[in-house]
Amino acid sequence: MIKDQEFLKDIASYCIENSKKLGATDVGVKVIHSVSENVSFRNKKLDESNRADSFAVNLTTYIEKKKSSINSSDLSKSNLEKLIERCIDATKITPSDENNSLPDKDLMSKEIRDLNLYDETHYSNDKKIEFLKKVEETASTDEKIVNTEAGFTENKNNFILANSNGFLSGYKTSNFSSSCVAVSKINGAMERDYEFSSTRFLQDMMKPEEIGKIAADKAIKKLGPKKIKSEKIGVIFDKRISKGILSTLASAISASAIARGTSFLKDQINSEVFPNSINIIDDPKIEKGLGSQNFDSEGVETNSLKLVENGILKNYLIDTYYGKKLNLKSNGRSGGTTNLYFENGTLSFEDLLNSEKKFLYITETIGHGGNIITGDYSVGASGFMVEDGELTYPVSEITIAGNFKEIFKNITLANDLEMKYSTNAPTLLINQMTVAGK
Amino acid sequence: MSNFFKDTDIDTSQAEAIVTETLKNCDDGELYLENHKSESIVLDDNKIKSSTYNSDQGYGFRAVTGEVVAYSHSNDISKESLRKSSENLKDTLKSKKGTYNHEIPKTNSKYYENINPIESKTFDSKIDLLNSVNNYLRSKGSIVNQVTANFLGEHKSIEIIRSDNQVLKDDRPLVRFNVSVVLEKDGKKETGVYGVGGRQSYDDYLKEGSWKDVCDEAFRIANVNLESKPAPAGEMKVVLGPGWPAILIHEAIGHGLEGDFNRKKTSAFHNLMGQQVASEGVTIVDDGTLHQRRGSLTIDDEGTPTENTVLIENGILKNYMQDRLNARLMGTKSTGSGRRESYKHVVLPRMRNTMMLSGKYSQDEMISSVDKGIFAVSFGGGQVDITSGKFVFNCTEAYEINNGKIGSPIKGATLIGDGPSILKEVSLVGNDMKLDPGIGTCGKAGQGVPVGVAQPSILINKMTVGGTKL
Repeated sequence: MIKDQEFLKDIASYCIENSKKLGATDVGVKVIHSVSENVSFRNKKLDESNRADSFAVNLTTYIEKKKSSINSSDLSKSNLEKLIERCIDATKITPSDENNSLPDKDLMSKEIRDLNLYDETHYSNDKKIEFLKKVEETASTDEKIVNTEAGFTENKNNFILANSNGFLSGYKTSNFSSSCVAVSKINGAMERDYEFSSTRFLQDMMKPEEIGKIAADKAIKKLGPKKIKSEKIGVIFDKRISKGILSTLASAISASAIARGTSFLKDQINSEVFPNSINIIDDPKIEKGLGSQNFDSEGVETNSLKLVENGILKNYLIDTYYGKKLNLKSNGRSGGTTNLYFENGTLSFEDLLNSEKKFLYITETIGHGGNIITGDYSVGASGFMVEDGELTYPVSEITIAGNFKEIFKNITLANDLEMKYSTNAPTLLINQMTVAGK
Repeated sequence: MSNFFKDTDIDTSQAEAIVTETLKNCDDGELYLENHKSESIVLDDNKIKSSTYNSDQGYGFRAVTGEVVAYSHSNDISKESLRKSSENLKDTLKSKKGTYNHEIPKTNSKYYENINPIESKTFDSKIDLLNSVNNYLRSKGSIVNQVTANFLGEHKSIEIIRSDNQVLKDDRPLVRFNVSVVLEKDGKKETGVYGVGGRQSYDDYLKEGSWKDVCDEAFRIANVNLESKPAPAGEMKVVLGPGWPAILIHEAIGHGLEGDFNRKKTSAFHNLMGQQVASEGVTIVDDGTLHQRRGSLTIDDEGTPTENTVLIENGILKNYMQDRLNARLMGTKSTGSGRRESYKHVVLPRMRNTMMLSGKYSQDEMISSVDKGIFAVSFGGGQVDITSGKFVFNCTEAYEINNGKIGSPIKGATLIGDGPSILKEVSLVGNDMKLDPGIGTCGKAGQGVPVGVAQPSILINKMTVGGTKL
């Protein structure tokens, strides 16, 4: 099964020693082993089974301020020896950059806390099949459902991160996930929707019947959508997509975007970018959290960070390289955010839906229409009209557009936050956006 | 002789024996071996930001019976690992019985040379060129705020071992050279991106200072966008320029014509074979045989030679794109469209170079026929929901059209449409078909594969433009 820490440590140490022997002044290395087993079903029959066993070595060598990297999946020492030589050769002739370096020693993670990220339970393929049968039986009870697909994936992962300043640490993680996609049909037109559950521990997963039922209900509700007229209207983002607002924020406040001058939030630190009721937190130390980690991808200690406090932008996401460019210390965000979330708002979901006579409620967006440099936003969307607090009819083939600077300032949060992803947001309302339709 | 078993405890004939034994009660399957070398060198913010070399090798062992696919992959090429995979596949398919289809067409055609682009240009000269790009663009004035340029090169060797010792091989070079520039004027920032590439060496695309053309084009797009005003919102006429805007074809109908979605009846096109799905002048093909193109393949990832597949002919739906599995289940032949990102991925029917062929109208005729609409010249990415048929793509260079004349540039906006009906809205097909510059990557089920697109200018009667101006 999954290789132990000693096996991975041995390879990491080999890479560091050999790189140093060939002239590296500093070395960073990560060795990863993962085993993944997936079973998928379609229309209540087995469709695919897939087993993956993967190794990876990522090595970066420095000669003073020169830097180069190699990645390989072949852990044999004869292969590594050749690749290390190649890496050192490339390092020698790569121009130097004064900001290249390993992280400061005093910022490195000192102790590993058990964050409950590994469940050693093995769920056999036969059990996965039983689970998926239940998912699909529930999903296909209504005759309007014409197609179902469901999958179950079990992942076990172990890694070691090491550098030539003596850092050498890693730990195991696991993930169990199941999803169901249902296709509904009426009068020849089809719609598709889904539900899924993804957890560190098997026992915390949603029940299969729940996954199937939610996917089917959602697909049926979408049938017979209308295209609406173009107008300016209040738009509510369902929890599935409201987290996208946080992902945009994370890209815009990454130290790289700030240092390169390519963020619409450049020079906005300590300024009000959200309404003053809003707090945004990134907490890596949540037990069983999907985004939890003891240290970042460079080994730097990570702690909970208030990114936005009372609407004011308080922190960037900083790694070592761009930190040096900005004259700031790494805050353990090399590799990005961890468990990122909005603190709950005050309105209940129902009160939010009733706060105006008419809203557009968006459940899905399509396309990559966000521009981090200008803040301009335009994506395809589908969802429902809300009239007097009720979802009245499905809507599709429309776009929603605006600019993030204004979108951020016009957000009202509901109080229904759930920790289902690594980035999580409650249902939220954006006061006004331009909807393009007919 | 295979290179994959050198330095391992297993030889070709032993591997062939395991494959034959594992697949004896199956309909299809193979052992797919892959060696993949790639490099990425990035210049950003006046510095060489990173130089990375990747070396990846492994196998994917697949057994197929009926509709069921059993797959096992690993980067450990050894007797024990292959045996374990074999047990795994047999266990999944233990209750099934199939008959192996040995038929696989052979080809002598090759659509690219076996060169390794990483080694055919020195590291030094790549660094020098990236620095020249940076200097050249920054010499255009203080308006230039940021320059990013990168080389992406790869060489992939594959070997497919089928039951009873059938072995098929291919060696695939691929390069891409990209430039992105951010301009700043009066507090406003805009980006321009351009790139070139295909299945040749870097220098075939960059010779005689043609890298400057790539820089100039990125600079021109960013400059146009600095003058852009808010895009309109609502339904209107849209003229698409030739070349890369064909990702509209890729998203709007290409994905919907892939065999798997039609066998499963989840595509909005599944019951439209032989029917009129486009205006009469519209013919669309998916061609894997164009020399040195990014989406071309000598053989696909199941060993089938690629072909030029006619999808839509004069508006009538003629063919789906098929891999072996979906072709067998739908009673037809593979079109050489079975592709996978790597040995870690199962085969799916995918596009190669998707092209709308030329008609007879000029672009000027199209524009002068539009009272109010937009002229879209360049795009970022796109996406489709194949079940509902709704698709989007983002403009990165577009202009408004007023009374038959091109007006001001407009800000990037998303365009949304309905796949099965959009091609019926194509009223004029241009005479200026152009291939894209060789930069496309298509994503499906988490797998990215290189693809190409081409089209002439086209006039679409009605599409929803997702701007902010009502």
